[in-house]
Amino acid sequence: MRQHESVRGSWGSSVLAILRKDWQSELRTRYAISALLMFVITTISIILFSLGSEGAPAEVLSGMLWVVIFFAAMSGLSRTFVMEEERGTAMTLQLLAPPSAVYFGKLLFNLVLIAGVNLLTVALYSLFINGFIIKTASIFIITITLGSIGFAAAATIIAAIIARASTKGTLYPVLSFPILLPLLLTVINATRLAAEGAFFEEAYGEFQILISYIVVVIATSFIVFDFVWKD
Amino acid sequence: MDLALAAKNLKKLFNWRVIFRDISFDVPQGKTLLITGRNGSGKSTLVKIISGVLAPTSGSVSISGVAARKGDGRHDVLGLVSPYLQMYDEFSASENVQFALAIRGLKPDGGRVDELLNRVGLYERRNDAVRTYSSGMKQRVKYAFALAHRPPVLLLDEPMSNLDAEGISIVRDIMSRQRNEGILVVATNDLTDIDHYDLRVDLNAAT
Amino acid sequence: MGARILLGVWLTIVVILGLSLPMVAQPQQWYDLPIIPGLEEKARIIFFHVPTAWLSVVAFISSMIYGIRYLRRRNPEDDIKSASAAGLGFLFCFLATVTGAIWAKFSWGTYWNWDPRQTSIFVLLLIYGAYFALRSAVEVEEKKAALSAVYAIIAAVTMPFFMFIMPRILASLHPEPILNTQGKVHMNITMLVVFLSSLAGFTGLYYWMWRLQVRMRLIELSDAQKLGEHSRG
Repeated sequence: MRQHESVRGSWGSSVLAILRKDWQSELRTRYAISALLMFVITTISIILFSLGSEGAPAEVLSGMLWVVIFFAAMSGLSRTFVMEEERGTAMTLQLLAPPSAVYFGKLLFNLVLIAGVNLLTVALYSLFINGFIIKTASIFIITITLGSIGFAAAATIIAAIIARASTKGTLYPVLSFPILLPLLLTVINATRLAAEGAFFEEAYGEFQILISYIVVVIATSFIVFDFVWKD
Repeated sequence: MDLALAAKNLKKLFNWRVIFRDISFDVPQGKTLLITGRNGSGKSTLVKIISGVLAPTSGSVSISGVAARKGDGRHDVLGLVSPYLQMYDEFSASENVQFALAIRGLKPDGGRVDELLNRVGLYERRNDAVRTYSSGMKQRVKYAFALAHRPPVLLLDEPMSNLDAEGISIVRDIMSRQRNEGILVVATNDLTDIDHYDLRVDLNAAT
Repeated sequence: MGARILLGVWLTIVVILGLSLPMVAQPQQWYDLPIIPGLEEKARIIFFHVPTAWLSVVAFISSMIYGIRYLRRRNPEDDIKSASAAGLGFLFCFLATVTGAIWAKFSWGTYWNWDPRQTSIFVLLLIYGAYFALRSAVEVEEKKAALSAVYAIIAAVTMPFFMFIMPRILASLHPEPILNTQGKVHMNITMLVVFLSSLAGFTGLYYWMWRLQVRMRLIELSDAQKLGEHSRG
């Protein structure tokens, strides 16, 4: 009688396997990427048309940048969970991996997605929109980085929640907005500081808030994810 | 400790209706458990509970005799074939089976993947997307997927669905090998699916 | 039975006193209320606005705690208590937002100001709305209960950030309020007594309404369970 091999796979490889699977699937079907791309291009075009040749004050432009990013996140970040439910592979994942690995793998996937979207948005914004000039680049870079991580963190756990509901489309922004609002207010403020040419130290308060937000949301998500994912 | 699959007083309610109650069994190594019941009696629900995907309303399931990962652990010691378990159909059979290995932290093993796909008769079509497969072929991929990590416990829900004569004989072979090497659980209405069993749970009488 | 009558009488007295005690510039009699410059008679709204805001927060925390209990023990009664608290909280939050806007109009000239308190109560309203949108989008009872509990926890965990964020944003963006700069009300002893009594009375009202709803839903639940246990699965 054969001895039973014990499978001692590491949690980290599970996470990476899930990330790779989501990424390869995305490359083949290109659902999220094309939706996000079209969204960003269309929205920035609309902004350009409505501003005309005038431009707008730095405060307004800072706010609008993050509005674009928020709605881009809403159109693309739920896919990683919703797709599994829609095609019936959620149960496959439940069978194959511990919930924490599923959460973390999909968090990383969303992070890659939103990072790409944000880079594109910032690039287009800087190139085409008059009046959007960043005087303190260091603040801006940190803000975009921390903001992306924060967006990914909140958007992923909410995506997991709505994937289990029936009317997924409109529910996602409704649930996400109150949760993302602290993050939004902080990054908008920090972006404004960067545009005004504030000293790096002046944004410390914002950075502290961003980092705590990220830590709190991810830690809480780890704890509650089991209840969302398992029946 | 020897390999064993045990359940104690399993009860399941769904929207307050009792699906089944007082289900208990103890399956030692080398034995086969048969689960029967008419349509809607909860066979697939019971299989899901055994596999750890669904939680019972009360009662417990345990698998002893194998070291598993910390935490729930059933991922590593169970294989499941079920009409409810879907493959990733934009990927090929090869890639699906590779994923079954990689997600459990096992090294990618092209040789083993090929061997499994050969065993279920899908070697020629192994690099085509599962989306292009017939339903019988999809059922066969599920077997390769379930066996990738050599699970001590194999759960089969409706084992012969969509299979032609060749598929049926492949599955019978898998079933007898599993009987020798571990524990086999089969849920079905069609008693010709299985030629031998040691324990039986009949859900027709369980509410 | 007696408690309910007492509650009703208490609240009636509070409302009457709140609306009718005279407001004079130099309070001398024990029943006089001070005039707050800029607000005068309209200051009476404090007796009603603050309790509703207080209750919307109490209800939210209560909903979250029962939600956590549900996740631990999977007892449907906990979910009923959680949802009932949220329902009442939603109602009181709506009242708080409206009465707050009215007070803002009196103090600062406009109905909406995006000052910390108005923004916070509005966000709480959004959270309540999202909570119920989520509940109505899930059909399976057990799932509905688990998901709403999780959302309540996530919302509760991110809300405190507003306390740190609002001062930073405020410092940069907003004009000084026109009248009654601090929004604070200096209360003399009579006012304080009426205010605290109102707070207590409304809390009692909330508790009574909550218990009533919970009891009603518990009956519905046990009916459904009895029906389910008898039918074959």
